[in-house]
Order: sequence, then structure tokens, then C-alpha cells
Amino acid sequence: MSILAHPAPFRPVRAALFAALACALGMLATLALLLTASAAQAQSGPLRIEITEGVIEPMPFAVPAFVAENSAGQQYSDQLSRVISANLSNTGLFREIPASAHIARITSFDAPVQYADWRAINAQALITGAVSVQGNRMSVKFRLFDIVSGRQMGDGLQFQGSTDAWRRMAHKVSDAVYSRITGEGGYFDSRVVFVAESGPRENRVKRLAVMDQDGANVEYLTDGRALVIAPRFSPNGERILYTSYETGTPRIYLMDLATMRRQVVGDQPGTMTFAPRFSPDGGSMIYSLSVGGTTDLYRLNLSNGQRLQLTNAPSIATAPSFSPDGSRVVFESDRSGTSQLYIMPANGGEARRISFGQGRYGTPVWSPRGDLIAFTKSHQGRFHIGVMRTDGSEERLLTASFLDEGPTWAPNGRVIMFTRETAGGDPALWSVDISGRNLRRIPTPGPASDPAWSPLRP
Amino acid sequence: MKLMTKALMIVAALALAACNNPRAGGGWDSNGADGWNGGGAGGIQTGALGDPNDPRSIAHFNERIGDRVFFETDQSTLTDTARQTLSAQARWLSANPQFAILIEGHADERGTREYNVALGARRANAVMQYLVSQGINANRMRTVSYGKERPVEACPEARCWNLNRRAVTVVSTGLTG
Repeated sequence: MSILAHPAPFRPVRAALFAALACALGMLATLALLLTASAAQAQSGPLRIEITEGVIEPMPFAVPAFVAENSAGQQYSDQLSRVISANLSNTGLFREIPASAHIARITSFDAPVQYADWRAINAQALITGAVSVQGNRMSVKFRLFDIVSGRQMGDGLQFQGSTDAWRRMAHKVSDAVYSRITGEGGYFDSRVVFVAESGPRENRVKRLAVMDQDGANVEYLTDGRALVIAPRFSPNGERILYTSYETGTPRIYLMDLATMRRQVVGDQPGTMTFAPRFSPDGGSMIYSLSVGGTTDLYRLNLSNGQRLQLTNAPSIATAPSFSPDGSRVVFESDRSGTSQLYIMPANGGEARRISFGQGRYGTPVWSPRGDLIAFTKSHQGRFHIGVMRTDGSEERLLTASFLDEGPTWAPNGRVIMFTRETAGGDPALWSVDISGRNLRRIPTPGPASDPAWSPLRP
Repeated sequence: MKLMTKALMIVAALALAACNNPRAGGGWDSNGADGWNGGGAGGIQTGALGDPNDPRSIAHFNERIGDRVFFETDQSTLTDTARQTLSAQARWLSANPQFAILIEGHADERGTREYNVALGARRANAVMQYLVSQGINANRMRTVSYGKERPVEACPEARCWNLNRRAVTVVSTGLTG
């Protein structure tokens, strides 16, 4: 096999979000094409949909330890394949065939694949990779093979960056594999900001924290002295909006993740401000302001401080979320007597109610694809995470428990993370596919709530 | 089955979303709550409470007059009992004008976080408006909502939720924040 060195850098990867993380991830460089694959499109016959009892059979795959191309790369060879395996297996769409069952051994990245050996153990996909390390820089490359049809699927890719960013490289490989096999965008190289909880419920300590989507690399952003709730990522993943009781009254803060600097935004004396969320261009925020017992929605231009009142009703309007094109806002209001979901133009105007089912609806979040709205619903003492179309049709409840709330979308709009609290138990983060399948708990160091997913990292 | 076919099936499965698929969840045990039960949830530095037998003491206000009123689910309407308590509070606050007043609105845990902040604000305002109607100067009062963040009772039952849906009148010799 010949390797074509591609002349162009593909995706500039921005440097680390955390200055505090002195590691300075700095995955500067590149996705480099290793191969011009002959036939990426292994179309084989007419499209067939086989769904057995409503549950798809996970695709069996193998991801042997990556080949260490120098001695310094050895410590990463197994770790990389483990992270990739966990990512894919956690989707519920893939099932790993363990290394103990493998017949063929991958000892060279460029050696021909022994398809018969992989077929013999019923692998349908094979991921091979290699890693080399020079100082604190590493290079990771991979290829994906369609074992059934006996050919490579897509081009090989190479990622280069700091050794501190080794998990991110595994996430990028995972995203590429997931994307090629499902046709969907990936979501593994992303982060989640959330509230880490500790202490007794009556005097809970809440700290802002951020972690990789799989629960790794937890970093704390606040010290816990002030109560904090509901953080949200900016569209570029570099800033966070959240609500803090630092001064004794809820106010909105804007934090820059690289510098950890923060400032109060949208504050007005004698009011409470909360439930902020960025506009899709990151230039403004929409939020709730309470005064005189009434809670309305406002929009604030974060550059020039210009403020626009969007609702004006003697009721509660909160939990606003923009459509991905920025033209509309979905929010929760009890103007009808119970909490329901409404959509209005992004600069205010007539609001149209979209939720009409039984129960109370809240915390609507527009999907990054624009097609669905995720929400919290409570009915007859149970709480649900659900999705509906933007016109309110096709409502589907994905979960049910003592208390499920606060959905957030994965960057690809296929997975939702939320807070689940069992009766008398602590809150934790869970995720579920929009199909309602693959309900999973996300590991966190302790009780956790209010997750918000970042965009896919560059 | 070829990989591409399988891939298409996964795509199809992703696209096909099963209807109403609620799942029961797991979880883990509570770490327990220690039953701490303070008056104010924060933001106020309060001096000596004094002796509840002293009618001018904060302790008297908290224990004998009653520093809190309770609400029905999702409601901010004052009940008859709440009005009686607040009328007594107003008489005491009129007689003791040196105290500043913070009204905290709270919600039970059976609602979303954001809505509960707004609901607590509405409850605190209902109390403040009632006290104003009883002659208390609005300039002495400030409101804050804690939503569901500061329950007084942590049990996952109605008897605790009933106690958590409250507005607390916190009196002190000076406001902070």
C-alpha cells in the first residue's frame, strides 16, 4: 500500500480551552489523508431494514491495540483502543469482540488485513491503528475495514498533537468510525459542563465542573462557596453562562474557560436573573428576569450590552432556547395556567403554544439539527424526558422516573443527556438515544446535575 | 451481511424512533441528610436571636409569630392560614422597624430547576405584597428565590414537599449583598 502525503492541513485544531490545564492540549495539526482508498462506497444491494423486535443487533467490531511505532508509543497502544472501544460500545450500536478471541494479530499498520481471520470470529468492522511519540508530541493514525465485503472503508486518517491530548485523539478516531458507519456526525470529542454536588440536601454545595463526554478529565470551575445552577456552553465551546447566588441573589455570569475570568451579565438591581442560554452566533444571550413576581424573557447583546424584552406577561416565562438558525426561541410559560411550551420569533412577538399533551412541560431545548425539541414533562407524579417536532407533533417520551429533567443535546442531535434523581437518592447524569434506547448513567465523581453538552471540538 | 448494509440498517434504526419507550432507572443510595434546618438560606448575617420570651427578639418572631408560610403545588396564592401568619408578622415588623426584611421564596423538588426559581420569586413577591398591604414599607424588604435549591426537609414524600413550598421572612439587623 502506498501512502500519499496530502499537502493540505485539514482541520486546524484550536489549542486547549483551559489555561489552568497547563497541559495545553494543542492538537495543532492535522487530519492527514494516508491513503486514497479505492472504493469507499461499498454499496451492496438494495437498502434493507431489518428490525428484530424493535431492537437492532449491535454491530460486532474489533479494535486491536494500536501498533506502537516506537518505544515511547507503547504506553498508548492499548489505551487508545480501549477508549475507542468504550465510545463505540457505549452507543449501543456496536459490540466489541474482545482481543482474547482474535485470531489475527496486527503487528504492522501497513500489513495486509487477513479478512478470513476476522470473518472467522464474526467481526464486521475492524479498526487498526498506530501510534508514535516524540517528546510530548504524538501521532495517531487509523484505518477502518469492512470485513464482510473485504475492503477498506474510507481513507486512513492521522491525528497529531500533544500527548496530553491522547484521549482526544481516541475520541476523534471514534467520531470518524461512528460517522462512516452510521452516516451521522460524531459526538465523542466533546465535553459536558455540569454541576457537581456534595453535602446535605438542605445545604447543598454545588460546584461548576467540566469533563469529557465520557466522564474523563473532570475539572472544577468554581470552589463551591456560592450556589451555582444550570451552566451552558457557548457555540464555540470557549465560554460558559451560568447562574450563581454569589451575592445572595441569582445572577448570570459569563466565564471564559481559557482564562477562568468571569463577569456578571444582564444584571439589573432589584431583579433576579437566571436561565441563560447563548444565541447560535454566540453574540447574545437569552434569559429570564424576575421582578415583582413576574418572570419574563430578555435578550442581551453581549458585545454592546443592548437589552431587548421579549415577553411581557403577568406569568412565568423561562428556560428559553434558540433554534439553530437563531430565528426563533422555544420556552416554557405558565400563562395558560400550567407550564407549557411556546415558540416565538427570536426578537419577541406572538408566541405559539406547541405542547398540548397531559401534564406539565418545561426546559425545552432545540436540537442542533433543528428538527426536534427535547423537554421535561411531569405527569401523574412521574417525570419524563421527551422529544417532539417543532410544531408539537409526534411527542415521544424517552424516559420515566421519579425525577428526570433538563435535557441537553449531543452535538449530532442523536443522544440526550439529562439529570435523573431517584426517590431519596442523589442526582446523576444519564444519557439516552432519541430512539429511547441505550439508557446509560454517565460516570461522575459524585452526585451531579444540570449537564450541558459542548459542540464537537475543533 | 455486508458492513455497508449493516451501516444502513443502523442509520435506519437511528431514524426510526420507537414510540413511548419509558425506562425505569437505577441509581444509588442517598448519602443521607443531616436535618440541618436554618432560618435563612443565605446572604444575611444575622445577629443574636435573643430569647423567644422577649417579644422584641428575632427568636420571638421566628418561633412565636412564625417566620414562614406554605403554598399549594405550583401556587403562589396565600392561604387563610398564611394571611393570618403574615398579618401577625406585619404587626411585629411595624413594632420593630429597626429590622430589615428578606423574603425567601422556595419550591419543592417536583418541578424543573428554572421554573422553580421563577415560582419561588412569585411566592416571595406574594408575601411582600401582602406585607405592603399591611403597612410595611417596601423599602425595608428584599426578595430572593431559591427555587428548589434549599429544601428544609429532604424526604421524597408529600409531607416534606409541603414544608418545602414556602416563603420565609428573614429578619435581621442589616441586609448584606
